[in-house]
Amino acid sequence: MFPLSNLIIASAINMERYLDIFQSSFFPLLEGALARTIPLTLIAFSIGLMLAVITALFRLSGIKALEIIARIYISIIRGTPLLVQLYIIFFGLGSVGIEIDPFPAAIIGFSLNTGAYASEIIRAAIQSIPKGQWEASYSISMSYGQALRRIIIPQATRVSIPPLSNSFISLVKDTSLASTIMVTEMFRKSQEIVATTYEPLLLYTEAALLYWTICFLLSLGQDAIEKHLNRYVQT
Amino acid sequence: MLSIKNLHKQFGDLVVLDGIDLNVETGKVVVVIGPSGSGKTTLLRCLNVLETPNKGELQINNKVLDFSKKVTKKNIQAFRKQTGMVFQTYNLFPHKTAIENVMEGPVIVQNIPKQEARNKARQLLEKVGLGDKIDYYPYQLSGGQQQRVGIARALAMEPEVMLFDEPTSALDPELIGEVLQVMKELAEEGMTMVVVTHEMGFARDVADEVIFMEGGHIIERGHPADMFSRPSNSRTKEFLNLLSE
Repeated sequence: MFPLSNLIIASAINMERYLDIFQSSFFPLLEGALARTIPLTLIAFSIGLMLAVITALFRLSGIKALEIIARIYISIIRGTPLLVQLYIIFFGLGSVGIEIDPFPAAIIGFSLNTGAYASEIIRAAIQSIPKGQWEASYSISMSYGQALRRIIIPQATRVSIPPLSNSFISLVKDTSLASTIMVTEMFRKSQEIVATTYEPLLLYTEAALLYWTICFLLSLGQDAIEKHLNRYVQT
Repeated sequence: MLSIKNLHKQFGDLVVLDGIDLNVETGKVVVVIGPSGSGKTTLLRCLNVLETPNKGELQINNKVLDFSKKVTKKNIQAFRKQTGMVFQTYNLFPHKTAIENVMEGPVIVQNIPKQEARNKARQLLEKVGLGDKIDYYPYQLSGGQQQRVGIARALAMEPEVMLFDEPTSALDPELIGEVLQVMKELAEEGMTMVVVTHEMGFARDVADEVIFMEGGHIIERGHPADMFSRPSNSRTKEFLNLLSE
């Protein structure tokens, strides 16, 4: 029979090894998060949000040509896998001489992706604001732009925070796909360490915990923003 | 002076205004009554160009909109500046406090410095009896208070003509009086007003002329005392009887 004491000793040795690997991998992973994952998310989400507002306004413009452009853009992005989009931008364009570095290529891919999905959220939020708000704006001689900027968008923002937070949090996790186009973000760092330590369970769990932490902090941010924007709503 | 000439409006095949002619002298109060679907609200919305008439002409002082020609956005805005609109459902901006609602037009449209606009807005809110509520959000105000903010918001743009679209129809009965009182004071100050309402008491006390509309036409017009006591048209008589029941 296998003596129980051996198992305990073996576990103790393993535990020490795990702690060692954890210690030596934590800062590289954190660095991947701080230098790549988080900047990638923030930059892509900001650009994506601008694209989304423009696309939503195109769709609501009542001008056929703009509407069609917006619809085609949304349809292509939503109808194709994000991973395939990233491959086209990085490897595909690279093969015909349009070489884009991994990080900017990832920014382009994730921005386009966020832009399409968030534009539908923003369109729905704008449409959810009662027509009377537009009319009241016009009745005090505001222009379309003034009404949009001062009256409609601020109210639509409140409505769109929960779904936009979903997109934001999804984006944090989706950036792990950038590992496939040579961006050394957090997940790729963990893969690199697995290649030398052969401890996939430990490293990938560690990466998962870090993703979870980032997303948890973001959801706290969401709560704070919602609380602020709900100040003018009866609760 | 406000003048409406041969105003037509249709939605698809439905003719809502079928050639309206009306003059309102400066400082006069005209009350428009009529059954639902008569076109009275559409008439008011045309005066604020929230609806674009299909044909006809609108004039306030020297600003003219001729809808048989192409009307530009700029013309519409210039015309709109002379009218203030009060909505049945108030349509206050919910994300702004009472005073911010009133300041919004002067600051954003007229580029008046914030502090100046704020002082003016405070005066207007005091005038409508809400001097102690200036920092409240709309949801913290009663319907009657919200509607008075709505009146102040329209007045802040210093319009030539004030338009009221059933301003008390959404209010609980006990709140109607406070809004009518503000409107009455405005009339006494010499504001030119066009009011769509079912408040016959207000019409009797304040109106210089009452217009009865039905089917997109003006059926009868006259001084309220005459019209209410001896309407000449049978439809007017029927409508007034229905209201007094």
